[in-house]
Amino acid sequence: MLLIPCPWCGPRDEAEFHYGGQAHVPYPEDPSALTDEEWARYLFFRDNPKGPFAERWSHAAGCRRWFNAVRDTSTNEILTVYRTGEERPASIEPSPVGAPPHAAGSRPGPAEPARPAAFESGIVPAEGKPEAAPPGEGRPTQPFRHPTLGRVHRDEVLTFTFDGVTYQGHRGDTLASALLANGVVQAGTSIKLGRPRGIFSAGVEEPNAVVQIEEPFPEPMLPATAVELYDGLVASSLPGQGRLATAPDPARYDAVHAHCDLLIVGAGPAGLAAAEAAAGSGARVILADDRPEPGGSLLGTGEHLDWVDAVTARLRTAPEVRVLGRTTVFGYYDDNHLLAVERRTHHLGAAAPENVSRERVWRIRARRVVLATGAHERSLAFADNDRPGVMLAASARAHLHRHGVLPGRRAVVLTTNDSAYAAALDLFAAGVDVAVIADTRAEAGEWAERAREAGIEVLTGHAVIGTDGDARLTAVTVAPYGETEGGREFAADLLLVSGGWNPVAHLFSQAGGRLRHDEALGTFVPDTCRQAVEVAGGASGTPDLAGALAQGAAAGARAIEAEGYTAGTPRLPQVPAQPRPTPPQHLFTVPGRAGAPRFVDLQRDVTVDDLARATGAGLRSVEHTKRYTTAGTANDQGKTSGVLASGVVAELLGVDVSALGTTTFRPPYTPVSFAALAGRDRGVLHDPVRTTALHEWHVAHGALFENVGQWKRPWYYPRDGEDMGTAVLRECRAAREGVALMDASTLGKIDVQGPDAAVFLDRLYTNMMSTLKVGMIRYGVMCRLDGMVFDDGTVIRLAPDRFLVTTTTGNAATVLDWMEEWLQTEWPELRVHCTSVTEQWATVALVGPRSRDVLGSLAPDLAVANDDFPFMAWRETTVAGIGARVCRISFSGELAYEINVSPWEALALWEALYEAGAPHGITPYGTETMHVLRAEKGYPIIGQDTDGTVTPQDLGMGWAVSKKKPDFIGKRSHARADTARPDRKHLVGLLPEDPGTFLPEGTHLVADSVLPAPPVPMLGHVTSSYRSAALGRTFALALIKGGRDRVGERLYAPVGDRLVPVTVASPVLYDPEGARRDG
Amino acid sequence: MADTVPTSAPRSPLGGAAARLAAATRASAGAVRLAELPFLTQVNVRLDAKGPAADAVGLALDLPLPLEPNTVVRAGESTALWLGPDEWLLVAPPGRERDLETRIRDAAGDEPVSVTDVSAQRTTLLVAGPRARDVLAHGCPLDLHPRVFGPGRCAQTTLGRTQVVLVARDEPRAGFWVLVRSSFAGHLAHWLLDAATEYV
Repeated sequence: MLLIPCPWCGPRDEAEFHYGGQAHVPYPEDPSALTDEEWARYLFFRDNPKGPFAERWSHAAGCRRWFNAVRDTSTNEILTVYRTGEERPASIEPSPVGAPPHAAGSRPGPAEPARPAAFESGIVPAEGKPEAAPPGEGRPTQPFRHPTLGRVHRDEVLTFTFDGVTYQGHRGDTLASALLANGVVQAGTSIKLGRPRGIFSAGVEEPNAVVQIEEPFPEPMLPATAVELYDGLVASSLPGQGRLATAPDPARYDAVHAHCDLLIVGAGPAGLAAAEAAAGSGARVILADDRPEPGGSLLGTGEHLDWVDAVTARLRTAPEVRVLGRTTVFGYYDDNHLLAVERRTHHLGAAAPENVSRERVWRIRARRVVLATGAHERSLAFADNDRPGVMLAASARAHLHRHGVLPGRRAVVLTTNDSAYAAALDLFAAGVDVAVIADTRAEAGEWAERAREAGIEVLTGHAVIGTDGDARLTAVTVAPYGETEGGREFAADLLLVSGGWNPVAHLFSQAGGRLRHDEALGTFVPDTCRQAVEVAGGASGTPDLAGALAQGAAAGARAIEAEGYTAGTPRLPQVPAQPRPTPPQHLFTVPGRAGAPRFVDLQRDVTVDDLARATGAGLRSVEHTKRYTTAGTANDQGKTSGVLASGVVAELLGVDVSALGTTTFRPPYTPVSFAALAGRDRGVLHDPVRTTALHEWHVAHGALFENVGQWKRPWYYPRDGEDMGTAVLRECRAAREGVALMDASTLGKIDVQGPDAAVFLDRLYTNMMSTLKVGMIRYGVMCRLDGMVFDDGTVIRLAPDRFLVTTTTGNAATVLDWMEEWLQTEWPELRVHCTSVTEQWATVALVGPRSRDVLGSLAPDLAVANDDFPFMAWRETTVAGIGARVCRISFSGELAYEINVSPWEALALWEALYEAGAPHGITPYGTETMHVLRAEKGYPIIGQDTDGTVTPQDLGMGWAVSKKKPDFIGKRSHARADTARPDRKHLVGLLPEDPGTFLPEGTHLVADSVLPAPPVPMLGHVTSSYRSAALGRTFALALIKGGRDRVGERLYAPVGDRLVPVTVASPVLYDPEGARRDG
Repeated sequence: MADTVPTSAPRSPLGGAAARLAAATRASAGAVRLAELPFLTQVNVRLDAKGPAADAVGLALDLPLPLEPNTVVRAGESTALWLGPDEWLLVAPPGRERDLETRIRDAAGDEPVSVTDVSAQRTTLLVAGPRARDVLAHGCPLDLHPRVFGPGRCAQTTLGRTQVVLVARDEPRAGFWVLVRSSFAGHLAHWLLDAATEYV
């Protein structure tokens, strides 16, 4: 959401503003002097430049001022704002693109030392030992659980079910780690090929282990690697596709707005260092991380956890710092507006409190953002690389250190870079038998030395050419890189893979940031961005821990200092010396056994061969190969496969991957449930409901309601056993024959005050308002500049310089905005002010031949005789002891009054009228009856009988269009050739020849009794259609070409498969002489 | 309309919601306080802020009209809210609208000034208590942090998708006034009670 700086109120959300089109297009001084073409040019033609564009905006939900803004149409950046009447500033430069993030280092991926030798005390035998937790049902539980490592709470045993089998895990587990602890690695089958697939990662990037949660509430397609374990969890594996719940979700979802000086996304080493630098400065800081606890990659490597705990404790007590755990920032929008979803009670399972929202969407507006989102390890396209047991190397290490889980017993490692060595060494130290490390590089350097010293065989210049196993990996074949046959076979249930690291640049890219290809890292890293954002740590391509910490601290300090705060000296951990790095090999595909698939996108089952078919078909862009093969379109959005796919396509095309780039990153970063996005905006809170002061009375008296805009208006009041038709006929009869009353409070009301009020209204309305006498009322029509009817209503002259204008119910705000636009932008010299008073008054329409008797009985001071109180006059008096303004207005053709009182007294007035009218059978009526009564009189309803293409003349209201006024809005358009055509559609009445036949609204009309071959010439359509008590028949209003010249003609209305004959009539079908108006 | 004698007590837009607001206030054990402040006098004033009428009106009311956008000035029981560069809302205890209008018009003399009684156009909700900001943050996009929206600030904005005038009361603990169009008041009360769910 853009922030638009109102010149008065300062920056506010775009949603508070209305757009007003191009600025500096003044209303012509003398429209009548313009040719049709010149007028059309003014009306319809606007510039459409790329780049800076001056336009009008109104702060509609704020101070209601119109102003001008120069917006860059290519970036949506608001370059400047200025008040109406001011000149456009001469030259405005777009803000400079931000400096490149402070990237450093030359090696991808966090590469840290292996565990010290002391860890070897934690070795478990390869066969595994039963866990400390008592075995259930004789089943040895959690045989792959390490006895000491990990941050799970071993004293809390949680029972869960997966694919019908009950297992145990601990608090702190993910579903995936708990499955691994129980020796379960397969977690589904693939979507197209049905191949078994196993847990592949330890985070949100998971492509394989995407499961269905069954209880407590069904949720499809959740990565088991990100589902926190809770007691009673029931989940099942999926064939690549989940199932939506069929029952409504009973949980609460909500949203909040938040503001901060600095938002840090990611609480890994860089993010924590940034927060450490910013906290305590007084700056408002939000630190959001998608895991249950801060630490990021340090949790996965088991390093510096004391520091993590110390920083976290400081942050939790620091003033103005908010730490949001279990919170995924999933969208980065304009002006540093970021959306995040916090999972608040998932991990509590059935114990979640009902009044706490399950998920909360955070709408965060941040002055500055530091993205410390880390990096995702990517795989390699080698033969049969999808068997359960193939796992990203750092993820296996994370399962060990976060959850104390051994992902297998015997492992083979395939890597192109240093980072897999640390994983291999840690797993080896924890008891995993690492059979061999196949390193594709010719030289593997100091890390390989360290592995060899630990007793692990390292084969440089080697790769995996094939794997075996079905539900679980059983063997891996390793051969010199490039060979496709032979090689050595290693028995293994785990294959650790590292093809390099991809910075998690999703949010940066969403923010509008550009990525560049880093030659040294062999991947795409954040480059520049227009927004106030920095990227730190692995997300910026910084591979080493010390660098990430320093970069994070510097970014955090810079951000808050830019906001005027002073950063302290952050406490950072001492990172011990590392083995000297060896450059990674930039490699995507690995030759392997003939015929074995080499998967690129595991979740979409896309292989190297599939991509080859795409490039073979002539596709040259990754955006095209993505759409051709679906690679990257699954709900993991290609987090582990996107760059791999680019690399494979580059190899296939024989170009450098840097020339291809990546596909576009779009929100959300991870899937977000519709329930969370909807939040509380559902059911009765979905849209505001407006009610009048009499609403409770209507409810108590059985009214059914109609939505008119946001208003709830009584539609009709059925009595016992009545259907709508019967009720409306009864209500109509009461209004025509006795007395009836209606709540008309919803009509828009605008107080127009000032010495130039009459001049102003003369310009707005088609008819003359300045000649209206104080104490009198006039009906008026407003047009848009194109001459089409826009609104109608009555104008009451309260004083020489004061009018009360009414608008249609749904158009009140639009009309007020329209008035303000003209006053503020075109006619600032007019001394007029407009104020909405819609709710200042409650209005009761009292209608029917007996209405005078009822009013007279309650208004002793009011002379109600026709001569004393004529039609279109108003009086101030008391009605039932309540101060009232009574208007003699009729929207039914009957003698009628509109009684306006304070809404605080409305119920008292209504009840007094109801009681006083009882002897006359007073009847409450709703909008349906109002519509019938007005239609019988041919009164149009703007928006029902008009559609923005209808002039007052089309409606037969030429009498309401002044010929004396030099100009009014729309006048020039009425003289255009098109609006003066004789064959325009006119509003006419229609009488079906069978008086019982009802024409549905929208029915078209044709000339002949037999349909000609298409295209059938259409003459017009039915806009309103009713059954009339007064006429004893059905009737309709319609817009028909040249309709007024067709009165008496027979036309045909196709209704279903019939052609219904109808007769064109005057729209005024009831009391055409107007005899009933005065009672 | 001088001799108005209503036949029954006036009914405020949220009279029917008073019990629910009070119940939520009690249930929150002090965390949130929700109540309608009904029938306050509200008068909309439009005049040229740079003209002589501005000072004259301020003197006559003993309440200078605030010139800084989105601020309020309080004097005694009356408050003047900035709504626009030539628009203010005067809020006072019930029943003062005639008196205010007369004094403003007399003070303005021949200067063009528009005065409109809008006492029933909006009603006023009190949202106070330690969690008041949290409740409002569920639906108000504005930054209501005391550094940004402290005592003396007001704003026209949206809350729960209804247009409101927000006023920060004299001290942070005193919470906020939320002025809302009467027709939306029932919806907004419902929305506030829902937003307070976690705190009651």
